[in-house]
Amino acid sequence: MANTSSSASRSLPIVLGLALLAAMIAVPLVAPRAVTQDLFGILTLLVLAMNWNMLAGFAGLVSVGQQAFVGIGAYVMFAAVILWGFDPLVGVLLGGVGAALFAIPMAFFAFRLHGAYFAIGTWVVADISRLAAGQYKALGGGTGTSLPKGTTKDMFGVQFLKDLLDVSSAAAADAMTYWLALALAVVMLVASYLFLRSRAGLGLQAIRDNMQAARAVGVDPLRLKASVFLLTAFGTGLCGALIFIQITRVTPDAAFSVLDWTAFVIFVVVIGGIGTLPGPIIGVIVFYILQRLLADYGTLYLIVLGALGIVVMLFSRSGLWGTFSAKTGIDPFPLSHRPPASLRVQPVPSKAVKA
Amino acid sequence: MNLLDTLVQGILLGGLYALFAAGLSLVFGIMRLVNLAHGDMIVMAAYLILGVMNLLGLHPFVAVLIAAPLMFAVGWALQTYVLNRVLGDDILPPLLVTFGLSVVIQNSLLQSFSADSQKLTAGAIEAKSLALGPIAVGVMPLLTLVSAVAVIFALNQLFYRTALGRAFRATSDDATTAQLMGIRPQSVFAMATGIAMVVATIAALYLGTRANFDPSIGPARLLYAFEAVIIGGLGSLWGTLAGGIVIGVAQAFGAVINPEWQILAGHVAFVAILLLRPRGLFPRAND
Repeated sequence: MANTSSSASRSLPIVLGLALLAAMIAVPLVAPRAVTQDLFGILTLLVLAMNWNMLAGFAGLVSVGQQAFVGIGAYVMFAAVILWGFDPLVGVLLGGVGAALFAIPMAFFAFRLHGAYFAIGTWVVADISRLAAGQYKALGGGTGTSLPKGTTKDMFGVQFLKDLLDVSSAAAADAMTYWLALALAVVMLVASYLFLRSRAGLGLQAIRDNMQAARAVGVDPLRLKASVFLLTAFGTGLCGALIFIQITRVTPDAAFSVLDWTAFVIFVVVIGGIGTLPGPIIGVIVFYILQRLLADYGTLYLIVLGALGIVVMLFSRSGLWGTFSAKTGIDPFPLSHRPPASLRVQPVPSKAVKA
Repeated sequence: MNLLDTLVQGILLGGLYALFAAGLSLVFGIMRLVNLAHGDMIVMAAYLILGVMNLLGLHPFVAVLIAAPLMFAVGWALQTYVLNRVLGDDILPPLLVTFGLSVVIQNSLLQSFSADSQKLTAGAIEAKSLALGPIAVGVMPLLTLVSAVAVIFALNQLFYRTALGRAFRATSDDATTAQLMGIRPQSVFAMATGIAMVVATIAALYLGTRANFDPSIGPARLLYAFEAVIIGGLGSLWGTLAGGIVIGVAQAFGAVINPEWQILAGHVAFVAILLLRPRGLFPRAND
């Protein structure tokens, strides 16, 4: 009986989710280019946020150095296109791989540090990579460089889309990058869910909740945390490369910006609900609304964003989604497990009491 | 000869970084609080000094005497009403609150004072220099280092010679037991943050008189300061001075090789030291 009611309550969010996904896929076909571009920005921010949420919310690794992976993803993609003559989409993949490779030595350094030291250590490493990128003269050094004109036009699939949809090649390129960002966000969400439901994910949450107890039952914290660090570096690198296809110009300060690629991301996750899967989605929506509403008041939206983050941490640490979910019991991505039947508390038979 | 000059300039620069770091080190050592807004609060103090100077027509060295108690109040209130509420076993909430604070302060300064760079003009003393044997040393950089040593000496006296210092050390070592002995950690923390803000005001004085500042420079200063604290070791104030000097000297030598390598050299020194000694050079407390 319990099973039927839970499957009914679970199928509704899935139907809604699929309907939303279908609408999102259709956006470039029906909406003006500006909308597609805006949504591209939101989706990429969402991917970055989901990656940081995995790191900080589930693996307990509070990194302030995610901009290193965005920047390296972007720079490797530019190098792949400009220096090695690859298609930008191959460049995106290489960007992700490059970021993951960089994460290996970074992990060897940062994993010696704990808590606050880890946060500062990752920030310093990201700053080192920014300064090093400024020394890379082949890609313009400190002033950066642009993608050659027409790169996105010649990108894989753009000509096909252009003929198919009968639009300008710029619009076709926008649609292409938009769909890639959408795919990345969906894959990230589904992969996070499956991972957290898996044995490894359970171990990860066990570590977060009680390190000693988790180790006692055979969970290896270092290995799990290191694999999350590398995987999120890959995801962040992919996303960074994709973002800079759209921007078409890269400079060390923009590609390794702590504000754009880490601070915003942290606020999005915190406001939405850290350690919950839907949290980043809610956070991105709030971020976008704030940015829109306060667009005419300079950096006021940043002040509001920071203040909102502080308020959330002071009064409801699980963020908007966590609070909502706790109040209503609605959770489309349940991560909790029921104990096996043999372990459930059984009512004590009266005979046992007598004995 | 040139090498000696670079070394001396590096040590003097290290004095400035040690001043940035001293307040941070105090707070970090006592309550394990990572104040990511420390750099922005130094910049805020610099604007406060500027405001006092303009309002009352004072010299920066006098204006700092008015700004410092105000900053003490800011630090005390911040700790009492905000930070004490988020301190705990989980380091994430305080980290995120101070990160939010950093963004709020930085952008509030930007909204109120624009992005134009400012300077605290101290008059003739800025350009004066002393001949120390074969090398010339600027009076302002020398004064910075002397102030850094004096501040750290004073903090150490406070730490090891006074009842308040005893409370600081006791709370740092074991807050629960300290509480049993009749110490209220919350009020100890509020005093510590207040004192840290006084030190930040002194740092702001030298930041503003030696170079231009604008609302955006806080995070970079925070990073140098943190490197100094971590290199020095948690809870050791003299270690923080040593850490500041390590960063300063590394940056000075980096700049000699290639001006673009100045900051990079400081970071590399930080990473190298942490790889060899993950707890820093002179750790006093356990984290």
